[in-house]
Amino acid sequence: MMPEVPASVSLVWLVVLLPLLGFLANGTLSFARPTATRAVSAVGAGVLVAAFVVAVAVAVGVARGAPEEPYVVTYWSWMPAGELSVDLAFQVDQLSTVMLLVVTGVGALIHLFSIGYMGADPGYARYFSYLNLFVFFMLLLVLGASFPVMFVGWEGVGLCSYLLIGFWFEDKVNADAGKKAFIMNRIGDAGFLVAMFLIFQATGSLSFQEVFRQAPATFEVGGTTITLITLALFLGCTGKSAQIPLYTWLPDAMAGPTPVSALIHAATMVTAGVYLVARTNVLFALAPVSSLVVAAVGAVTALFAATIALKQWDIKRILAYSTVSQLGYMFLGVGVGAWTSGIFHLATHAFFKALLFLGSGSVIHALHHAYHATHRHEDAQDVRNMGGLQRHMPWTAALMWVATLAIAGVPPFSGFFSKDEILSRAFTRGHEAPVFYVLWAIGVAAAVLTAFYMTRMMLYTFHGPNRTGDKEREHLHEAPWIMTGPLVVLGVGAVAGGVLNLPHILPAAGWLDMWLEPVTETGALFLPELHLEAGTEWRLLLGATVVAALGIGTAWRLLDPAALRPAAEAPAELGFARVLARKYYVDEIYDALIVRPFVWLSDRVLWKAADAFVIDGVGVNGAAQVARFAGWVGTRLQTGHVGTYVGLFVLGTLALLRVLTR
Amino acid sequence: MAALLTGIGYERWVLDALLVLPLVGAVIVMLRPAAEAKRLALWVAVVEFVVSAGLWWTFEATAAMQFTVARPWIPAWGITYRLGVDGISLFLVLLTTLTMPLAVLGSWTYITERERPYYALMLVLTTGMLGVFVALDLFVFYVFWEIMLVPMYFIIGVWGGARRLYAAIKFFLYTFLGSLLMFVAILIIYVLVGRATGQYSFAYEHLLGNIAVAQPWAFWLFGAFALAFAIKVPMFPFHTWLPDAHVEAPTAGSVILAGILLKMGTYGFLRFAVPFFPDVALHPGVQATVVTLAVVGIVYGALVAMVQPDFKKLIAYSSVSHLGFVMLGIWALTLQSVQGAIVIMLNHGISTGALFFLAGMLYERRHSRDIAAFGGLAKVTPAFAAVLTIVSLSSIGLPGTNGFVGEFLVLVGSFGTYPWATVIATTGVIFAAAYLLWAIQRILFQKLDKKENEGLPDLSARELLVLGPMLACIVWVGVYPAPILRRIEPAAQALIMQVERSADPATTVARGTPDVD
Repeated sequence: MMPEVPASVSLVWLVVLLPLLGFLANGTLSFARPTATRAVSAVGAGVLVAAFVVAVAVAVGVARGAPEEPYVVTYWSWMPAGELSVDLAFQVDQLSTVMLLVVTGVGALIHLFSIGYMGADPGYARYFSYLNLFVFFMLLLVLGASFPVMFVGWEGVGLCSYLLIGFWFEDKVNADAGKKAFIMNRIGDAGFLVAMFLIFQATGSLSFQEVFRQAPATFEVGGTTITLITLALFLGCTGKSAQIPLYTWLPDAMAGPTPVSALIHAATMVTAGVYLVARTNVLFALAPVSSLVVAAVGAVTALFAATIALKQWDIKRILAYSTVSQLGYMFLGVGVGAWTSGIFHLATHAFFKALLFLGSGSVIHALHHAYHATHRHEDAQDVRNMGGLQRHMPWTAALMWVATLAIAGVPPFSGFFSKDEILSRAFTRGHEAPVFYVLWAIGVAAAVLTAFYMTRMMLYTFHGPNRTGDKEREHLHEAPWIMTGPLVVLGVGAVAGGVLNLPHILPAAGWLDMWLEPVTETGALFLPELHLEAGTEWRLLLGATVVAALGIGTAWRLLDPAALRPAAEAPAELGFARVLARKYYVDEIYDALIVRPFVWLSDRVLWKAADAFVIDGVGVNGAAQVARFAGWVGTRLQTGHVGTYVGLFVLGTLALLRVLTR
Repeated sequence: MAALLTGIGYERWVLDALLVLPLVGAVIVMLRPAAEAKRLALWVAVVEFVVSAGLWWTFEATAAMQFTVARPWIPAWGITYRLGVDGISLFLVLLTTLTMPLAVLGSWTYITERERPYYALMLVLTTGMLGVFVALDLFVFYVFWEIMLVPMYFIIGVWGGARRLYAAIKFFLYTFLGSLLMFVAILIIYVLVGRATGQYSFAYEHLLGNIAVAQPWAFWLFGAFALAFAIKVPMFPFHTWLPDAHVEAPTAGSVILAGILLKMGTYGFLRFAVPFFPDVALHPGVQATVVTLAVVGIVYGALVAMVQPDFKKLIAYSSVSHLGFVMLGIWALTLQSVQGAIVIMLNHGISTGALFFLAGMLYERRHSRDIAAFGGLAKVTPAFAAVLTIVSLSSIGLPGTNGFVGEFLVLVGSFGTYPWATVIATTGVIFAAAYLLWAIQRILFQKLDKKENEGLPDLSARELLVLGPMLACIVWVGVYPAPILRRIEPAAQALIMQVERSADPATTVARGTPDVD
């Protein structure tokens, strides 16, 4: 039975309500007093800090209660229709608690950073209202106790992403990027919807607990229905979490303000797909084929995106492809049934990637100011215009190096443990089917590239000579404390996040494994018992270290920041480098194969040929012409004496009636 | 509240009052000076809404017809002035009475000539539309059906745009042709039932109860009804009158046309065509045709909407898409899908109505409906931008808004009956996002690059007053639709039982059930 909800856990409504109130307040301010920046900052960041405090109280409640079944808090009946009953209800368990803390914690830091980063923007109040609204929807997504409530959050965060990518809407590029993100996400969402239809058809319910309770008895392992359900759900994940084939919106999404990239497009929203798979682990465990698809798409995306990152020059785009790649690791994890590892990497990635994005924000901020001061119009995001910045921004440089070591997988930084855990779990399943060895190998290859492209980015940004410009150099300076402060906190997480789930050969190991066990245990029943020998585990850890060292070392040896030219003077890329720089031309291919044919079909065929010419022209007006020639009816009606005609008609029918009923 | 209303006999007089009040109002408007016309009309429409609002509290969530009125009209022919409301019509009545004051307020500055007849016709139209939704005598129903055509014809033809006559005549002829056939069908049913039972009556219950005697003719009778309603919906390929009528109609005309008139088609299916002829409706060939046309309408409407350069045309084609969902939901005939269909009928009135208001507000400012004439308006008219964005999101069915509730219920309910059609219909949500987001991008975002747009005034207090209630409905129906669904459910349940009881079991077996797994 459902456990009774402790008082501190029942406060969860407050966590959700606070950002909503922030949205309403800042939304009102953006119309009434857009210049009241102090009030906007206080409300915008204040509600997040408060929400984090309440979230900690909720987490303490969950830790004390240690429930075997989730706490479910029901507020009102949302969509009751026959046997379908969807309540507005929140589900608080160990998994949603982790997400709750990540979203409000990292969210609060990014809100604080935004005060410095966005302070001078005329749309400041609007910015914070969107950001607060995003957190509200993200919390709905994480806390929803049913598929439809989760879907409200799922599409809601997509909306906020759309609004924030296109925040500076006067540039067509930004507005285009926002629209692209929304539509690509909707393709995935259609999959989510179809999954819900299938689930309702099979179980008569859409609430998580009911569906998961019924699932083992309702679905046979590997059956068609469960495979279709999970594949449809995963289509939703590829949209939201930017996996092949629906990943191309995420790099474009960098058009939004940088804190948005950190919060939405790195730490939280894009991880929603990973959360969804972990949440529905029972369903995926029953569908081995789908799980393999998840793992394979994850691994391939991890490698594919990493290759593109090798040749990007825009600092945010490097990080964007890196995010796509890291999300691929998370899917590899949840795909091989290592749901905890996926969530573990989600949490550590939230720290180091948010740190990297915010750090890049500080860098862009500095360059932007420098160019602004000298009235030059150069790209403030191109690493070719940077170089040697560690002399001007030592804090940012040091903290970003911490995050780089974490993402590259250098021990004992957080990313080392979480990435290694995913890879070793994939490796372990190689005993069962060799394909998992292949996935593991792809993951290792991507790890080398990760270490390489991150080192490249850091080298070009912070080391060697400065290429910003002689006059501009004087204006480069470290960001204010409101921006570096949050970076320090994230840095602590990036360093020490690994303790959440240390490998089993170390002391105090597997804390997150134990914490999430009530959530993953049912799914785990359907997986083979996995055992990794201590010797193998040591070898894998050692191997991972070598891989990271290899990537960093190669980049350090091969790349010479001194040889780099500023973006305006840089030579064009040639050969395969050009293919990478142009992102394998995937955007162009999608445009030619999907977008333009659809527009052409709609415009030329459906509208102008079918609708205007055939149906309306030949059909309707043609018939009207015939009628006109036929005479009486046509001419009478078209002279406009409609009233007369109706009168005659009614009289006539009455007479007819009289005859008929006699 | 309910007790108070019952105390003043509300249930007995409310429907009479709702039908008479606008007519009286129309006479007063015609008699008073033109300068007072809009103010008077607004008062009448507001009072009408207040009177109707009591329905919300006094309506009991049962399948029974409520607030019934029955008075002999032409006893010799068995014509009775018979009215009533159930869960299917309740929200259409409320939607009508809510829309009308907003439509009057929305015409405030748009209509500058011949104000008296305009507002008088609006009020007559109110009576006509309400009559269609509450009539429980098929003759009375038909009379209201035709009554409502006439004011609409004049509203388009007199106060419309450049090609108003073409559009008005097309609208009138098209609808009229359909309704002629329907009238013949009504007469045939009347005669057949009359002959068999010895009691000639147009009463809905009487005809429905004895419809079995019309079986030999069922296919043709259904066809006549279906054609009349399909034109009104409008279903693909009978939809081409709609873009023309919408584009040429004055703002309030478009709002009413989309918001209320289209619902008469789907209402007709729910009230007459399907329950009268369940065998035909569930005949595999008919099912296949209707469901195919519904799904084609969903996708086709959305795709054609995407490439429209004219904002009003875009909204018109989007209606074809939305109403396709309603048809799918009706034919799937599950509790979720039928309730969802009724909710979409309500939602479409709110969201599309609001979109037409917004298009009209643009037109009043710039005298253009061309999407390309705008761009960057969010800069000069932020409130307008915010409202247009919210309404668009509602129209594309963002969860948390009203649009989602209806679409989701239709799709989740239809999936069991027509899995493939439902999956194709689901792609409609992608195309919907494409056409509306693309449109609002070109109107609201990008550079403010046209001089004429630079000084555009933002929404006035009056315009906010028009849009405010619609925004409130968008959020309310999206977040807490349960009280609405509870009022609809018994009627939807009764409809499904009625159809399944009388349908031939052999054909119902043929209805697809998903055979995955």
